[in-house]
Amino acid sequence: MIDFIDLSLVNWSRGQFAMTAMIHWLFIPLTIGMTYVIAYAQTIHVRTGDPEWEKLAKFWSKLFGINFAIGVGTGIILGLEFGTNWSNYSWISGDVFGAPLAAEGIMAFFLESTFVAVMFFGWGKVNKKFHLVSIYLVAFGATLSALWILIANAWMNYPIGMVFNPDTARHEMIDFWALVFSPFAVNKFLHTITSGFVIGSFFIISVSSWYLLKKRNYLLAKRSIIISAAFGLLSTLFIVATGDGSAYNVAQHQPAKLAAMEGLYDGVESAGLVTVGMITPGKKVGDDKPSFIFRHEIPYALSFLGYRDIHAFVPGANDLVYGNEKYNIESAISKIEKGKIALAAFAKYKEAGKNGDETLKQEALAEFNEFQKYMGYGHFDKPEMIMPNIPFIFYSFRIMVVAGLFLILSAGLLFYLAMKDKLSNKWFLHMGIWSFPIAMIASMTGWIVAEVGRQPWTIQDLLPTIKSASNINSSAVILTFWMFLAILTVLVIAEVSIMLHAIRKGPDNKEGGSNA
Amino acid sequence: MLDALSYLQLQQYWWLIMSIVGSFLVFLLFVQGGQTLIGVLGKTENEKNMVINSIGRKWEFTFTTLVLFAAGMFASFPLFYSTSFGGAYFAWKIFLICFVLQAVSFEYRRKKGNLLGQKTFEAFLYMNGFLGTFLLGAVVATFFTGSEFVRDVYNLSTWQTNWYGIEILFNFTNVSLGIAILFLARTLGALYILNNVNYDIIKERARKQVLYNALPFLVFFLYFITKIFLMDGYAVNPETKEIYMQSYKYFNNYLEIPLALIFFLSGVVLVLLGIGLAWFKKSDKGIWFSGVGTILTVLSIFFILGYNNTSFYPSSADIQSSLTIENASSSRYTLTAMSYISLFVPVVLVYIYFTWRAIDKGKVTKDDVNESNDHHVY
Repeated sequence: MIDFIDLSLVNWSRGQFAMTAMIHWLFIPLTIGMTYVIAYAQTIHVRTGDPEWEKLAKFWSKLFGINFAIGVGTGIILGLEFGTNWSNYSWISGDVFGAPLAAEGIMAFFLESTFVAVMFFGWGKVNKKFHLVSIYLVAFGATLSALWILIANAWMNYPIGMVFNPDTARHEMIDFWALVFSPFAVNKFLHTITSGFVIGSFFIISVSSWYLLKKRNYLLAKRSIIISAAFGLLSTLFIVATGDGSAYNVAQHQPAKLAAMEGLYDGVESAGLVTVGMITPGKKVGDDKPSFIFRHEIPYALSFLGYRDIHAFVPGANDLVYGNEKYNIESAISKIEKGKIALAAFAKYKEAGKNGDETLKQEALAEFNEFQKYMGYGHFDKPEMIMPNIPFIFYSFRIMVVAGLFLILSAGLLFYLAMKDKLSNKWFLHMGIWSFPIAMIASMTGWIVAEVGRQPWTIQDLLPTIKSASNINSSAVILTFWMFLAILTVLVIAEVSIMLHAIRKGPDNKEGGSNA
Repeated sequence: MLDALSYLQLQQYWWLIMSIVGSFLVFLLFVQGGQTLIGVLGKTENEKNMVINSIGRKWEFTFTTLVLFAAGMFASFPLFYSTSFGGAYFAWKIFLICFVLQAVSFEYRRKKGNLLGQKTFEAFLYMNGFLGTFLLGAVVATFFTGSEFVRDVYNLSTWQTNWYGIEILFNFTNVSLGIAILFLARTLGALYILNNVNYDIIKERARKQVLYNALPFLVFFLYFITKIFLMDGYAVNPETKEIYMQSYKYFNNYLEIPLALIFFLSGVVLVLLGIGLAWFKKSDKGIWFSGVGTILTVLSIFFILGYNNTSFYPSSADIQSSLTIENASSSRYTLTAMSYISLFVPVVLVYIYFTWRAIDKGKVTKDDVNESNDHHVY
């Protein structure tokens, strides 16, 4: 494999992917969540004939349309970026990773984008029931789309159902169902899709709260809050359960990510879960500084959540990097050494193949097979490289949890107030308005924990990010980074501005709205 | 059932699937072609809106087909995906930008508070229409003319020039297919609008545009086809898998794959028939003839690229690095699993057909594009 690693290229490629993915992620959860609320409202209309419900569904679908366009536009970037910026990854993993992406295209994306046209243009033009079914198909298509993408993403975190083929130099799939039903995939899908429900719900709650604060569009706003708060509340509670499942999976298969999430430098038995804390600035893996300036923790909780045993040992960063004999944890130093042996044997295998030396080829293959599972480690120079940025992940995780707890409280309270017809208190309405940006923060920090926490790997333990980028000049990546940043920033500002105009205009299509 | 297919048959099956998706994609470029005709067909604001709303209702079909083509290539021929996208970097990135801008432009152009103004979003539609189609054609031409990459023993490739795809434009054969595809898209766009808009002035202009654009299309397409018929092609020795240059390879492929020849000849006739119907018979149905003709012609081009021991993505820098459907494909297991997934394709085609009909029940009229009406308009 190519020996020279251009860190500038890798970091700019990382930056480009993170930037485009996060911008894409601003819009997608909103799209997914809103369709369900729109479909539900339109169902009530079709059943009762109440025109106010249709007006409600129509208004939210107008805002949905604005959001959908940029969601689709930013989505295509990511799909192609695997090829343009991560071409080595595309080859090494394409046999496994490509299949769910193609399945998404065939089974989900077409469904969504075909029926979205009926949803947009069908009001009053096509049969009402067909129109309603189309809205549900859009919701279903978007959900199915997320399922396939998250199956692919889960595989990067927990590679399963494949073997490495030294002849083609790539991972090859041997069990499709193992990918689909991997515990990571199931949990990731449920956790992420419900986060979309939460964001969609809180967007509607936020806009509706603003209408109530401005004393306009009362009926629409109140009804919107009732259905969205109920949906949001159920979804946030479900997220807590799937969050627990995520933590359990991470503990089993990504101990470095868990150590980063908890700021755990030295592993302990009966580990507590840090609720609030501040990591000592400048703290590094392997140094003598105390880990925290202060912290508060729930005793035994981390051991229990991660291993379902309150006395279990939870390894810290130092254990993973330098090893811990007592708990039988192999050091990264040893893994790197074995990884380098595997890479050398692999090179020998290829060289012997080229020269037609069958004996040497078989010898090299035997040696490679023995150490193959460490191959990914062979690309690192220092053992400390196996850890993600600990403070970044630690604080992101806490922000996500705190924001999530606030959202449960907010959804519960607003649902109760709306049901009791007591939605006039301006403090609660302000809480409703602010819930949406807080939901976005929870979502973004969740993405950081999951994806930045996976670093330094693209495929956990098998392929480091530094070996995944395309073999191009970093200047090409830098140039396109700024191009995309500029274009997407302008488009995001335009989207937000159009949204704000449409919200101000309201469902009655006039500034100031009506008080109906 | 599908497990019984040999590895080679699976590779051929997936090349067929990608050929079908690719040929539908070229047909659906009528949306892009229509975008380049907004100002020509619509002189007043209202006329312009009618043109945009006509093609705008179909933009997602083209967009989704493009995404499917990319994802399908990734899954079935990942070595093409990694080599081409990671090497012809700038060409693909510019292409990508064209489509990102298109995705928002229909929806945002007449929305209040859109920051950049209606004209800018229309300029984005022009950019997508001109540059998107041209680049796609030019890149596909490199499937014949070759690209400058070297593939190492680990199948990781490196581009041999720092132009990263811009060098595609330094070859006139590539440029000629780019121009041909651009004018084909414009011809199809005019034919589609002729069929889809119910407004005489626009129809009359569209009819003229069919002819004006068909002529340059034919000139450049003829040039390209003559060129590839006469040139040496990248052939594969079926025994040793070695790649070598063979005289008149692509022309011979047409002779050796009768179905490709039939598709090519009938495709060309249908394209011309569609144009002729619009111009001489004043018919609105030309799009369906030219559309089917486009699909058949492109299918035949894909056939002669992928089948009959041919390299579909040759390297002009190192001939043995060239990609074939055998060395670039996914594993047998993955192709089989994906083949089961591909059985959904007919289902997709059926619901697309019905929704297309549902949306197009009425032609676009001037009442459809009034912003104050209650419906979704672009």
